[in-house]
Amino acid sequence: MAHLDLIGLSGIQFFGKMSASISHDLKNVLAVINENAGLLEDLCLMAEKGKSLDPARMKRLAGDVKNQIRRGDRIISSMNMFAHSADRESVAIDLRELLGLLVDLSLRHASMRGVSLEFDRLSDSIMVTTSPFILLNLLWVCLDFAMTAAGSSKTVALAAEKTAGGARLHFRNLAGMGTAAASFPAEPENALMRVLNAHIQLDPDSQEIAVSLPGGAQEA
Amino acid sequence: MKVLLVDDEKELVATLAERLNLRGIEAQWATSAEAALSRLQTESFDMAVLDVKMPKMDGLLLKKQMQDRCPTMKFIFVTGHGSNQDFMAGASEVGSDYYLVKPLKIDDLIAKIREALQR
Repeated sequence: MAHLDLIGLSGIQFFGKMSASISHDLKNVLAVINENAGLLEDLCLMAEKGKSLDPARMKRLAGDVKNQIRRGDRIISSMNMFAHSADRESVAIDLRELLGLLVDLSLRHASMRGVSLEFDRLSDSIMVTTSPFILLNLLWVCLDFAMTAAGSSKTVALAAEKTAGGARLHFRNLAGMGTAAASFPAEPENALMRVLNAHIQLDPDSQEIAVSLPGGAQEA
Repeated sequence: MKVLLVDDEKELVATLAERLNLRGIEAQWATSAEAALSRLQTESFDMAVLDVKMPKMDGLLLKKQMQDRCPTMKFIFVTGHGSNQDFMAGASEVGSDYYLVKPLKIDDLIAKIREALQR
């Protein structure tokens, strides 16, 4: 049976959740550009009535629009990578890039919950052969839990490392893990783990979740 | 007419406030629910225009808290939702009839502000 058939509704819900967040971010980009364009129009109308235009102001507004276009481009690039993550069931991927994508896709969710995400985008590449979409789904549910379990620091640190048997991904600083750990992972997470042959380990002492992935990992 | 705009997109509220000011509506802005509540301690407003989705405290909860402090204040909600069904359900819970979808049309916003204040 195809991987996506195995995870069924939860996979579609994950796709929907991420897509909704992306569309919300893009709406904000358009809203800011819209106001900048509107202000430019207002200033031009005032200039037609004899008020002088301030070139520095015009330049700042143009710069603001360019910044929003760059922001929108980053969001769309992430959306494109996310959409293509479902293309193939098994492909060699760089875990560093995948974690970077997860962070990008999750920034809005984190911000809404007052949580900061820390991830070193310059860390070493670690290649694994897996299903990118299902791994992203598994990592998202772990991050979702981690954001709930983040302690007073309200910061979740993400990292990846190569292991003898494959690779391991870490979600750290979970000082508030406590009782929430009793209900995680649940069946939806277990279904994802079965597809990936992955394993989630909660460690309240070191305040982290570790996701172990099977062999095929290598440093690039 | 004095309006407080609240949205975590700083550039959006700052620019929108400037455009309202150019049209003779005194508008000020805040980028968080906490900052908005703090402003209410020292200033009074006729109306608040609130983003629905904001970090820590959403617009619906913020409205309740602002209304406790200023019972006569009017509210307009702004949402980025493609579909308004969820938002409408939430808005009806807090009793707001006024909402707009991003990106905003300034004439629509001003019309809603006037309509709400005349009611």
